Amino acid sequence: MLKIKDLHASVEGKAILKGINLEVKPGEVHAIMGPNGSGKSTLASVIAGKEEYEVEKGEILLEDKNIDELAAEERAHKGVFLSFQYPVEIPGVSVTNFIKTAINETRKAKGLEDMPANEMLKLIREKSEMLEIDRKFLSRSLNEGFSGGEKKRNEIFQMAMLEPKLAILDETDSGLDIDALRIVANGVNKLKSKNNAVIVITHYQRLLDYIVPDYVHVLHNGRIVKSGPKELAHELEEKGYDWIKEEVNA
Amino acid sequence: MDLKDKLVSSFMAFENFVDVDAAIHDVRSEAIKTFEIQGFPTKKDEAWKYTSLNSILRHDYSVFPKEENALEYHDVKKYFIHDIDTYKIVFIDGKYSSHLSQTTHDGIDVCLMSAALSKPKYRLIIENYFNKAAAKDSLTSLNTAFSQEGAYIHIPKNKVVEKPIQVLHFSTGNESALMLQPRNLIVVDENSHVQIIERHQSLTDNPILTNSVTEVFANKRAIIDYYKIQNDKDSASLIDNTFVKQKRESHASVHTFSFGGQLTRNNLNFYQQGERVDSTLKGVTIIGDKQHVDHNTLVHHIEPNCESHQDYKGIFGDRSTGVFNGKVMVNKEAQKTNAFQANNNILLSDKASINTKPQLEIFADDVKCSHGCTIGQLDESAMFYMKSRGIPEKEAKALLMFAFSNNVLDSVKIPEIKQRITKLIAKKLGVNLGFDL
Repeated sequence: MLKIKDLHASVEGKAILKGINLEVKPGEVHAIMGPNGSGKSTLASVIAGKEEYEVEKGEILLEDKNIDELAAEERAHKGVFLSFQYPVEIPGVSVTNFIKTAINETRKAKGLEDMPANEMLKLIREKSEMLEIDRKFLSRSLNEGFSGGEKKRNEIFQMAMLEPKLAILDETDSGLDIDALRIVANGVNKLKSKNNAVIVITHYQRLLDYIVPDYVHVLHNGRIVKSGPKELAHELEEKGYDWIKEEVNA
Repeated sequence: MDLKDKLVSSFMAFENFVDVDAAIHDVRSEAIKTFEIQGFPTKKDEAWKYTSLNSILRHDYSVFPKEENALEYHDVKKYFIHDIDTYKIVFIDGKYSSHLSQTTHDGIDVCLMSAALSKPKYRLIIENYFNKAAAKDSLTSLNTAFSQEGAYIHIPKNKVVEKPIQVLHFSTGNESALMLQPRNLIVVDENSHVQIIERHQSLTDNPILTNSVTEVFANKRAIIDYYKIQNDKDSASLIDNTFVKQKRESHASVHTFSFGGQLTRNNLNFYQQGERVDSTLKGVTIIGDKQHVDHNTLVHHIEPNCESHQDYKGIFGDRSTGVFNGKVMVNKEAQKTNAFQANNNILLSDKASINTKPQLEIFADDVKCSHGCTIGQLDESAMFYMKSRGIPEKEAKALLMFAFSNNVLDSVKIPEIKQRITKLIAKKLGVNLGFDL
């Protein structure tokens, strides 16, 4: 699904990623953990195609095709989805109109006609019910005045609508209370299949109780310094990150 | 001969030709004198500091429209709001087109200024209202001197006019260059309600200069919603002088949508002459190339307990230029005034510019007056967010610009107009969004 080889990236001349290697196979869930400033969000943004980040070296392959040169929307059309840590407010555009536009633009890029209105409505109803989203919520302006939990739930709603091959969840657990966390995690779990993959970026182990990873990677100073099974997340929760830093420095 | 001399010397011939009362004749003669003394405004005038008329005044305009040029409805249908039933007052090259119009005298008067100025049955209204709101500046005076044709709308009390009234001015290129001076009078009596849509549309590449004056009177508890659609060709320029006088508890709104034309100047003036008056002035400007749009607004709070809401959005691409000059005056007596003004702009290119200038003159001490103006670029993080969801650059930009203009569109009460404006914006931005906001 996703192969990242020796990826170096910088923003405004400052090196952030310093040689990332990662392989994610279909059906897998990978967790990327690490202390603040280790480069987790940068990695997510670079995979999604944020232009401010300069890829200096290395490559990103999606289904064995290099996506380095693709614009963010082209990566989205190929099935990459990034759930934002801080979803952007867009006043004046409703959740429904936004998702309709996203779906139909993606279809257009694949040479398909717009999704028929009744089919779209059915899909919206189905996915919003799954995430326990109120209908009134869908006619509100995108993310405007949403609580932290509503914003994250809306991200997962969009993910459910777009059915990506590779979903990257950037700190999706931040700002969520325990009930919202459970709903969001259930949503992600329902969307999981043997044909898609999920990368969960998180600071804490909490979310990983619900979305259980196959692998856990620790990012530190722009490199993956440790990888292991899901138990590694528990160890990090207990011992913090300092021991890893020491290990790396030793 | 320059345009000013041509206009002044044409005036005598014009006066002999038109059929008006002696009283009106005096008003006109006075007005041409004012114009002769003041001349066209220049950048030396404070109110015209950022808008130069030089480039549009150099053409050799015909100042009297001659023939009526026939147009077929199906050729110009797209310029009408045609999916709803409306009254229509249509002019072609300044002449009334009965063929395209749909006027009425059934309980209300929706007809022609030329008729109102010459027929005895309208005398009382003309005496009470004609030229009673218009300012005495040079361009308004010039229009007053030549005022003969335009829309005349009188709604007597307690009438809710269900059908909106469309006022359309077409120019066909009959003349190599044409100057038009439409004069509109709108009087809405107690408790009545009317909606008006105004559009100037050139069908030619020949230069067109329109210097329009509209006087609007909202009497006690009247409601007037006025929509101006400015999407003209690059060879056409418009100076719109609109004066709105409001009596107590009346509500008046003017929405101006400026998407086209070479030079557009909107002089929009509101005078609140009673308590609990509500005035709304809103606009969306989206221009490119070398287009220029100037909004020059005045809200004069004269009586207590009144409100005004101004909200102007501008999006400027290429080498286009914009001006917003918003003046709010609050008299000493106008306590408890609530005046709001906002002007937000997005510059899409390094070569585009906007000059924005709020001016508040407040003489009362118990008022709420707020104003704010911003100039920015499109939000990059919002762009990335949308692109990451598969929305391409162009469409993402368009969505952001829609979002930006949305609270102006929000207060448009006629859905068909909102739809039309949405489509015009989409066309202007070169996108097809597949939904109506």
